[in-house]
Amino acid sequence: MSSEASMIEVQALTKAYGLMPVLRGLDLQIPRGQFVALLGPNGSGKSTLLRLLAGLSRPNSGRILIGGWELPKEAAAVRGQIGMVAHKPLLYENLTARENLAFFGRLYNIPEDKLDGRIEDALQRVGLVKRADDLARAFSRGMQQRLSIARALLHNPHVLLLDEPYTGLDQDACRTLDTLLKEAHSAGHTIVMTTHELERAAALADRAVILARGKLHYDMQTTNLDGLKLATDYATITH
Amino acid sequence: MKTPFFKTVFAIVRKDLRAELRSRELVSAMLLFALLSVLVFSFALELNRTVRQEVVSGALWVTLIFASILGLNRSLAMERDQGNLDAMFLAPVDRTAIFFGKMIGNFLFTAAVGLLLLPIMTILYNLTLTAPALLLTLTLGVLGLSAVGTLLATMTVQTRTRETLLPIVMLPVVLPILLTVVRASSEIIQRAETSVWLPWVQILVVVDVIYLVLCYLLFEYVVED
Repeated sequence: MSSEASMIEVQALTKAYGLMPVLRGLDLQIPRGQFVALLGPNGSGKSTLLRLLAGLSRPNSGRILIGGWELPKEAAAVRGQIGMVAHKPLLYENLTARENLAFFGRLYNIPEDKLDGRIEDALQRVGLVKRADDLARAFSRGMQQRLSIARALLHNPHVLLLDEPYTGLDQDACRTLDTLLKEAHSAGHTIVMTTHELERAAALADRAVILARGKLHYDMQTTNLDGLKLATDYATITH
Repeated sequence: MKTPFFKTVFAIVRKDLRAELRSRELVSAMLLFALLSVLVFSFALELNRTVRQEVVSGALWVTLIFASILGLNRSLAMERDQGNLDAMFLAPVDRTAIFFGKMIGNFLFTAAVGLLLLPIMTILYNLTLTAPALLLTLTLGVLGLSAVGTLLATMTVQTRTRETLLPIVMLPVVLPILLTVVRASSEIIQRAETSVWLPWVQILVVVDVIYLVLCYLLFEYVVED
């Protein structure tokens, strides 16, 4: 695959925390618009990879290109193209949903005359228009996660990074999140999502990759893959 | 590509003020601590007027430093606990703009506590603590504390023992500010000639500038993972 077609390109990536290696020479290419489920046991390096892709962490060696921009050298250009949803909501509890989005909209340099419109659109997309003026601390975990997605999509990023977004959500909230992710995928966002939910990964993503002990051990299109097959492969690789 | 520096700073200050006006978590805790502290000092130091004039400056600044540590810990913990520091670092902004935004917010909260403390101490200690020169000294002292405090609190907030670690790390570093600001305030309270207190204020300005430049240069490295 040529690097031009890739939205995300990772070459020989290594990362260690002190003497503890987390990623050991990882190579990964993700084409524009693809939805990739990043799977693996705890400590396999999934969240570290996501932090590296988001420019929140520096690699020890290797190369990361996002949309043709190199990290960490061109981090400012890359950050404008990335939206991130983590386990934590990344929201201010003492601000309303609208105020939270307005704050992050300003950080992403959305012009003031367009900001209100963008906020309304984002709230509409995640079904929180009626709760726009409620404090984020009054929201349930599911609503906070929806608002978090609105925040991540506010600046219309090319790449959406999701770090275990289903953690702590009930079944209704999970279904709402499924719908939102399908919409984001159809809208052409490149999505990388870490999760432990193999069935969901097989159903939502175009491609499943499994990280174990800091290396990529599995890379499969999900077209002919169901949850059961993925679970069997996963168990073989991680045990 | 980057969001303009001052737009980022202004957005962060505005967000901090809005959140604080709504919750009053920071300033009320700092103010309550400061009030109790000056009350304890006023009971503990029942001295004659001359001695009071000499020690009140120390009481004021010890109170303000600990109140600012309380506020700094809370201010950065609020960012850290919900992952909002990461959310800000994800945006295409200059990281030093995040530092200045947080620093200005912390400065405003600590300065507000200091300004409320002066008339209260005027009554408690029966001394005039509202001279314009004292206000200038208060502003400069709080500016230095906020700059160093914001940098160090950003570091210590990543640790589990942040509440105890910040004062241990911060107090030795702010000693040059503390020494100059206490001497300047003390001379002003004792109504010394301008030529006596002005050199201390000038040294304070130099110390503030040095700390601001150092914090500006170091912040990027402090937040690097």
